[in-house]
Amino acid sequence: MSGLAAGIRLALFGHKVLILERHNAPGGLNSFYSFDGRKFDVGLHAVTNYVEKGVKGTPLGKLFRQLRIRREDFGLCPQMGSRVSFPGIDLRFTNDVAVLQSEIEREFPRQIDNFRQLVREIETHDPFRLDDIETSARETVARFITDPLLLDMLFCPLMYYGSAREMDMDFGQFAIMFKSIYLEGFARPFDGVRRIIRVLLARYRDLGGERKMKCGVRKIHTSNGRAHELLLDDGQTITADHVLSSIGRVETERLCDDLPPESGKANIGRLSFIETINIFDRQPAELGWEDTIIFFNDHERFIYARPEDLVDPRSGVICFPNNYQYGSGQTLAEGVFRVTCMADFDGWSALHETEYRAAKKIWHEKLAHKAMEFLKPVPPKTLDDCTIYRDMFTPRTIKKYTGHLGGAVYGASEKVKNGHTHLQNLYLCGTDQGFLGIIGAMLSGISMANYHILRKT
Amino acid sequence: MTNEDAQRLVLEIIAEIAPDEDLSDVKPEINLRDQLDLDSMDFLDIVMELRKKYNIEVPEEDYPHLASLDSCSKYLIPKFKSVSA
Repeated sequence: MSGLAAGIRLALFGHKVLILERHNAPGGLNSFYSFDGRKFDVGLHAVTNYVEKGVKGTPLGKLFRQLRIRREDFGLCPQMGSRVSFPGIDLRFTNDVAVLQSEIEREFPRQIDNFRQLVREIETHDPFRLDDIETSARETVARFITDPLLLDMLFCPLMYYGSAREMDMDFGQFAIMFKSIYLEGFARPFDGVRRIIRVLLARYRDLGGERKMKCGVRKIHTSNGRAHELLLDDGQTITADHVLSSIGRVETERLCDDLPPESGKANIGRLSFIETINIFDRQPAELGWEDTIIFFNDHERFIYARPEDLVDPRSGVICFPNNYQYGSGQTLAEGVFRVTCMADFDGWSALHETEYRAAKKIWHEKLAHKAMEFLKPVPPKTLDDCTIYRDMFTPRTIKKYTGHLGGAVYGASEKVKNGHTHLQNLYLCGTDQGFLGIIGAMLSGISMANYHILRKT
Repeated sequence: MTNEDAQRLVLEIIAEIAPDEDLSDVKPEINLRDQLDLDSMDFLDIVMELRKKYNIEVPEEDYPHLASLDSCSKYLIPKFKSVSA
């Protein structure tokens, strides 16, 4: 998705652009697939950064301007409402930060002024600075929020939706995520991520951009500190003045013939996830499940780290894509119940095929039941009764389809905000440049195309 | 080319890159950023459009000349003249 956005920017100003995609579907981490006639989104729970029409100076507005896309084209529909659910305490939030504020005021009356100060601090933070030094978000935020429970609760959604690092995040990243989730909000197109991808593809095509699908880059030949030629999967070689790579930092380095094939090992992300999907014969709201997204944790502290077991079911994310305000009586044809938890890539990778299938079955069951502890109680067997289809992805699936080493959804733990690599004309965009989420991915492609190519040529 | 001509061309570009802005009452002497919601990404696009549409190059160190419509026309008129010559 970052590559598509970069491609649009470059094509807009007359550059000849070719996008190479190894997969058969566009979108990268934010892609889609069909199975047994059903359409699924790969990663999308929500488009973050949602603001109402007319709100100025936000990432969403910048995105539409930079890509010259009409806001209506994405068809974003706002969420119903979400919550963070920890033992004995729930904080609801919507696309209006006043709701979260009043929840904090009720549950943590001594912290509300601190929270307001934190919001002010974050509002002054410029997310598009490319030269920021990484600092600990935990330390910075703890100067404002002094209750460790509230601290964990505020971090939980932000880490799940965009931290490549275990336990802590960079404060700049925290500020971006905080704004995108709490100060702005969640939305989703009725047709899911494919609507956004369709718009980007049409825009790119209209500007004369070219694509080559099912054809990745096998090797980057280098000379004199430059990417000199790309060797493609189909054996062709091509040259380009500039190369933008959205496949990841270490993944890109390892394609370069001037670096050892094992380079960058320490920088492979450690965080991967499993996700279970239950398709229902009814709307989740009919079961009393009306939230859009629930970030849950039942442990004393919130632990965001690669689990020792195959999965860490103590915390996770529940998503009901049905629960958006689609308007004019529109509802998704079937109910969708998605549950995500952290998972151990090495553990899943080591399983033999039969063990793998058995583990999937066991964990599907466990996750669905775990999630139900955070939902309005329903009679036993309800879940089985209304489930008409199941699907699931594991760290192995992520590696297979995204090429991310270690099945690391959010990529390397150390980001390269300015996108530079060791080669003069090779730049990173997307996940490992550091803007995450769907809007982040597009803005990453835009910023890198602007910064490295348009500004200079 | 008059000041008004040059300013109209700049406004046309702004209308294209920022269709959500109301340009009906832009004061030429006041900085664009003080009356419109424009950021550095938008200014890059103004520069890119000047090049694409009129073959005018604005080097990065000259970006401050694009601050207001008045400063735009003052800076751009000689450039328009030299490319059309």
